[in-house]
Amino acid sequence: MNPQPHPQPPTDDAPARELSSLYRPDSLHIRCFIYISFVLLALGGVFGTLQALDKMGVDLYQFLPGNLELYYMGLTAHGVVLALLFTGTFIIGFLSLAVVHGLQRPLADRGLAWATLAVAVTGTVALLVTIFRNQATVLFTFYAPLKAHPGFYAGLVLVALATWMAALNAWLTWRAWKRDHPHERTPLMAFAALCTWAMWFLASLGLAVALLVYLLPWSLGDEAQVNHLLTRALFWLTGHPLVYFWLLPAYLSWYTMLPAQVGGRLFSESLARLVFLLFVVLSTPTGLHHMYVDPGVAHGFKVLHGVMTYAVIFPSLVTAFTVVASVEEGARRRGGRGYIMWLLALPWLSNPSVAGQLLGMLIFAMGGITGLINSSLNMNLVVHNTLWVVGHLHTQVAGAVTLTFMAISYWLVPFLSGRELWGRKWAVFQVWSWFFGTAIMARGMHWMGLASAPRRTFLTYAPYAERFSEWHWGGVLTAAGGVILFISGGVFLFVMLRTIFGRRLAQPMTVPEAQPLMEPGAMPRWLDRISPWFALGLALSAAAWLPSLWRMAAEYPTMPGFQLW
Amino acid sequence: MDIDRYERTWIFLSAAVLIALMLALTYSIYGLDIRLIGDAGQVDPAFVTQRPPFDQPGVYEEGPGRYRVVMIARAWSFQPAEVRLPAGAEVTFQVTSLDVIHGFRVPYTTINQMIVPGQVSEIRYRFDEPGEHALFCHEYCGVGHHVMEGRIIVEPPTTPAAAH
Ligand code: HEM
Ligand SMILES: [Cu+2]
Repeated sequence: MNPQPHPQPPTDDAPARELSSLYRPDSLHIRCFIYISFVLLALGGVFGTLQALDKMGVDLYQFLPGNLELYYMGLTAHGVVLALLFTGTFIIGFLSLAVVHGLQRPLADRGLAWATLAVAVTGTVALLVTIFRNQATVLFTFYAPLKAHPGFYAGLVLVALATWMAALNAWLTWRAWKRDHPHERTPLMAFAALCTWAMWFLASLGLAVALLVYLLPWSLGDEAQVNHLLTRALFWLTGHPLVYFWLLPAYLSWYTMLPAQVGGRLFSESLARLVFLLFVVLSTPTGLHHMYVDPGVAHGFKVLHGVMTYAVIFPSLVTAFTVVASVEEGARRRGGRGYIMWLLALPWLSNPSVAGQLLGMLIFAMGGITGLINSSLNMNLVVHNTLWVVGHLHTQVAGAVTLTFMAISYWLVPFLSGRELWGRKWAVFQVWSWFFGTAIMARGMHWMGLASAPRRTFLTYAPYAERFSEWHWGGVLTAAGGVILFISGGVFLFVMLRTIFGRRLAQPMTVPEAQPLMEPGAMPRWLDRISPWFALGLALSAAAWLPSLWRMAAEYPTMPGFQLW
Repeated sequence: MDIDRYERTWIFLSAAVLIALMLALTYSIYGLDIRLIGDAGQVDPAFVTQRPPFDQPGVYEEGPGRYRVVMIARAWSFQPAEVRLPAGAEVTFQVTSLDVIHGFRVPYTTINQMIVPGQVSEIRYRFDEPGEHALFCHEYCGVGHHVMEGRIIVEPPTTPAAAH
């Protein structure tokens, strides 16, 4: 697949443990993104545990100083810092490396890469300052007519801009590569990264319009009123595919790296490409399923988005087969036998990076089923806006995605920093405890949600909560899971710190890269082009969204802002 | 494109299951006529409380066994906060919000809606058994969100059906 051998360091006297010259130009800004994401994970995670304890009626907020006693401020921080900033910064760093390694060349524009970092950091600071000064307690969905400080919306604009800049850099790098290799197929790892960026660019247009055209001018006082149903719909236009923006980098690792980490090969490269391309097409025309129970959204479009939501499950089902088959091949090469017993040949207890990703996949499969339930319009009536949904969300993002990112970090950080991974046993403990913590917390949330417990609610002080004794045990499980996650997250950060400031690598490392099992000899050309698929995705999204959006923009009442916190 | 035999089978099965789910969904909506809230009209948020029906929130008997509940949600209460209905009554809630987006949730029923300012949410339900139901807001609406609640009290039918 990859015709050229990996370039070697230019001079022979360079010490073996030095990063190869291929990665050196980009190593520092990639590390900045990854390390910043760790800090954000720590910050956001603390609030998660406080929230989880609230579900069993334990209020630790009262012991915190200043604004920190405010549940909804903490919840805003948890959502924004984890769902938007932690994921965003990690993904920018990781996809940059995937592009560099995939195309075997440094990023096209290093100045742009540093500018991306500067913009992302500025946006992050603006968000943190406004949130922790309690000027933006609007949760991470910032539904108008709740009105935050302009700095909050500006921060969001900057963070979104940073993702676009990273996407642009990836594209420029690919274009330069294509000029040098006009007849070659884009290597899969880079192709997957480019598909992720294409999907995200299309999806984030809704958010960009909501922020730049409506929310920012309104918060600055240039507009007195805001079209709140329209901005809510635009939020979900981006808000649902946001999930795929978190997920695709994890898929990239599962498809193109994990098989090599277990000593296997990628089962089918053509299908891997098809999966990423399908996400470009199908991710965006789905988001109205977040508004199934909203008034003022035409019924037919709700049904259409519901049906499309099932379509976008298809590439994930294909992934389940291909990735498991690739891992199985590795397990068999390691001496695994039998229909099921080959699973035991995998390094569940010795390799934290592999174990973390496998456990992430497991919890992803479990959570996928609850997702099917959420997306059926009628069953959604039972669970909409209950803790059930939060349980589902944590299996997917805190479970599958975050656990995979942690698992990736176990090789990525040693690789980029040139330091030996500290405390392998601790790391193994960490991925298992994160797995169980997520599973236990999600179980508790599902249980409470089925008994109608609302999400985004300070339940300790909700007067009706005491009449629902059936919430009790679910709350206990939620809190227990939350505490386990807290400990596990702490161990993760500790291992990372000890690694970053630890011993130098004894041996140079390489990026794991899976070779295809079947030579994709006659792979059709349409599996190597993104733009036609992007155009198709754009057309589908326009058809699925524009009629509803147009009507909202033209006819729906507007509101002044409210600051109710 | 070479695709492995097992993989092909898996792909067809996946597609078949998803298509079946899509059809089941569409059938349940259009065949069984399970309807989500669609469009129940708009109101001008600036004059909601001055114009019917929201100038007079309350419980109205529309016909034998049919009730209409006109309700206003605002930070952080429902008005009326207590609704009394006879068991078996067919009730239509008409709800709007005066400020931000709120939720309207009656546990263990299918009553689970968003309340959006400027929009009317129309919710139909029949309470068969006498008893008391909680009603609470389940969309974040500010610091008092968790105290935003109401009550629905379903009373045994007052007039005995077998009068003659
Ligand atoms: C220490 C680990 C974590 C714990 C204990 C935790 C706990 C919680 C709890 C209890 C809630 C519900 C709060 C409520 O509805 O009142 C919540 C919400 C949420 N969490 Fe986490 N969480 C953790 C990690 C994460 C991670 C890693 C992510 C994403 C990367 C994440 C994303 C979210 C999001 C998006 C929400 C919804 C926020 C909202 O409704 O506005 N969480 N979390
Ligand atoms: Cu409310």
